Amino acid sequence: MKYAMETAVLAIVLLFAASILVVLSTGEHEWAGADDQAEDVIKEMTGSEYEPWTTPVYEPPSGEIESLFFSLQAAIGALVIGFFFGYYYRGRQTNT
Amino acid sequence: MHIMEGFLPPAWCLFWFLVSAPFIVYGMYQLRILMREKREALPLLAVAGAFVFVLSSLKLPSVSGSCSHPTGTGLGAILFGPCITSILGLIVLLYQAIFLAHGGLSTLGANVFSMGIAGPVLAWAIYKGGQKAGLNTYLTVFFAATLADLFTYVVTSVQLALAFPAEVGGIATSFAAFAAVFAVTQLPLSIIEGAVIALTFKYIIDVRAEILVKLGVLTDAAVGRLRGVGA
Repeated sequence: MKYAMETAVLAIVLLFAASILVVLSTGEHEWAGADDQAEDVIKEMTGSEYEPWTTPVYEPPSGEIESLFFSLQAAIGALVIGFFFGYYYRGRQTNT
Repeated sequence: MHIMEGFLPPAWCLFWFLVSAPFIVYGMYQLRILMREKREALPLLAVAGAFVFVLSSLKLPSVSGSCSHPTGTGLGAILFGPCITSILGLIVLLYQAIFLAHGGLSTLGANVFSMGIAGPVLAWAIYKGGQKAGLNTYLTVFFAATLADLFTYVVTSVQLALAFPAEVGGIATSFAAFAAVFAVTQLPLSIIEGAVIALTFKYIIDVRAEILVKLGVLTDAAVGRLRGVGA
């Protein structure tokens, strides 16, 4: 089959999406970052609140600005991947 | 997910910086050789770095009801080895620590170790082992990338457990608690990451297999076989 691998990857992604739908429909979840949960676990394990001894040099002022930086990160990466794959495909066409 | 700023006691921060430093230094040395002798592989290095950029920016929901992100380091590790990949990891972690308050500068050493070194070393070992044993290349890539992602979070759990042993039960109990949070969330994400990276690997073979041969990732015979099987 020509697109066997593409199909397999698509199936995995769909399965993943379906699993999220199932979880969504089975009660309340916070969907918070796993990093924040680490804080709770530390408290639970050591029995005392842990005070971070230093704070981030810069914190995005809002959730929107934070997502801006995350999107920027993804955009830069996607641009590089797209550019070089295009470059490679073109090179293959002219070589052969 | 990375260990947050200030969330490791200073002694542990220093410890992980010292552990990570040799890998970074050796990676820079390897990178210089690569830049001098295999310039045609540099676009591929950019793609490997870009993969870490994209995948580690995608915070995905998971079956545990919380979110986490893949690491994307498997591709770089397979193509260029774990030391060069540790530099890619360092760049991304610096970006996230400075602009996003995600991870942190004090915990940079620990995070570079889990994401940039431990995961990639495992991916690289699995890939080399799988190739030697003659296993299906794409399946090997899938497992290498998946387990690298998962292992990153196992190592993060170990790092946190070492710094925060439980009152009752010590490090082991603490590790189980951290791993329950991270590893369970990460499992589905790492499978997706493995699948995407395996597919990317196929496309790289399609367009520029000769660079993979030059990097020592595949042999000529293996390329012929993979291309013959049908793209």
